[in-house]
Amino acid sequence: MNRALLFIPLGIFIAMGVLFWVGLGKENKDVLPSPLIDQPFPEFAAKALESGTGVSAESLLGQPMLVNIWATWCPTCKAEHEFLNTLAADGIRIIGINYKDDDFKARQWLTAYGNPYEFNVSDPDGKLGLDLGVYGAPETFLVDSQGIIRAKHVGDLNPRVWKKLKPRFEAMQ
Amino acid sequence: MKTAFFVFSLVFSSLSLAVVEGHKYPFDNQQDTERFNQLAEDLRCPKCQNQNLADSNAPVARDMRDKVYELMQQGKTDDEVVGYMVDRYGDFVRYNPPMRAETFLLWFGPAILFVFGLILLIGIRRSSKNTSNQPLTAEEKAKLEQLKNAAQRSSEKGQKS
Repeated sequence: MNRALLFIPLGIFIAMGVLFWVGLGKENKDVLPSPLIDQPFPEFAAKALESGTGVSAESLLGQPMLVNIWATWCPTCKAEHEFLNTLAADGIRIIGINYKDDDFKARQWLTAYGNPYEFNVSDPDGKLGLDLGVYGAPETFLVDSQGIIRAKHVGDLNPRVWKKLKPRFEAMQ
Repeated sequence: MKTAFFVFSLVFSSLSLAVVEGHKYPFDNQQDTERFNQLAEDLRCPKCQNQNLADSNAPVARDMRDKVYELMQQGKTDDEVVGYMVDRYGDFVRYNPPMRAETFLLWFGPAILFVFGLILLIGIRRSSKNTSNQPLTAEEKAKLEQLKNAAQRSSEKGQKS
């Protein structure tokens, strides 16, 4: 019996090892699972940033796309912008949601750094952002041609992330 | 004692001031004010994960507080308000998560660990009792006598000199 007790520290060590392996192995523990996966894109009625015309969830339908939530006050958005330009040049359809931002500043930004977006939804008070469960820009949704959300990425898009997302994007109809 | 009480009340008084921007959300009656405060404490800020909506100053927490207020003004029940947030941010936003297969460990993990520790403790105590309570063998008794005698002799020697 006493000899068996000697193995308790080893047991605790192994248990903690497993715990740390799982806990620290996660790429980013701040990323929350979204309940919106496989749900239709939430309804909205807003204005397009560039043209000022009305846009709704129906405007998204037709082709698979990335829906990118960004703002001029968000430094990480600046960091990923160049990569979005590259994706757009490769023919990836990207819709922007300009989240809690100033329309004028946002237009200036697009003129200065290039516009990878087919169009931008202006969301100055973050209403659409709330419906999408946005808690920190940038966030990117993979949405199929029927307007169903298939995946979500929190944080910037870059070649490393895109390597993982690309197969899922291409699998969408 | 008085100082301890003072420190204690100082630490815990901050909890009653939880809703920092309370004046921003006027209600007709005290009951709704309390409901709002309760909701703001039960909902978790998704950005700053160890704070609730009442404590957090993150912009997203402010938006969510505004939404809670708006939904309450529309006459929504507490469950509907929480449901609204869960539909968008997931179970994560609840400080009081539902019991499900995937939350089993969350709910029962501590109890399981406690029972496991209790069993371990009982096992250790029992095994140590067993060794101490065993009667001495004849050989051990003889050795004990010998040691006692030796000790007595040496103490007598010490007293003489």
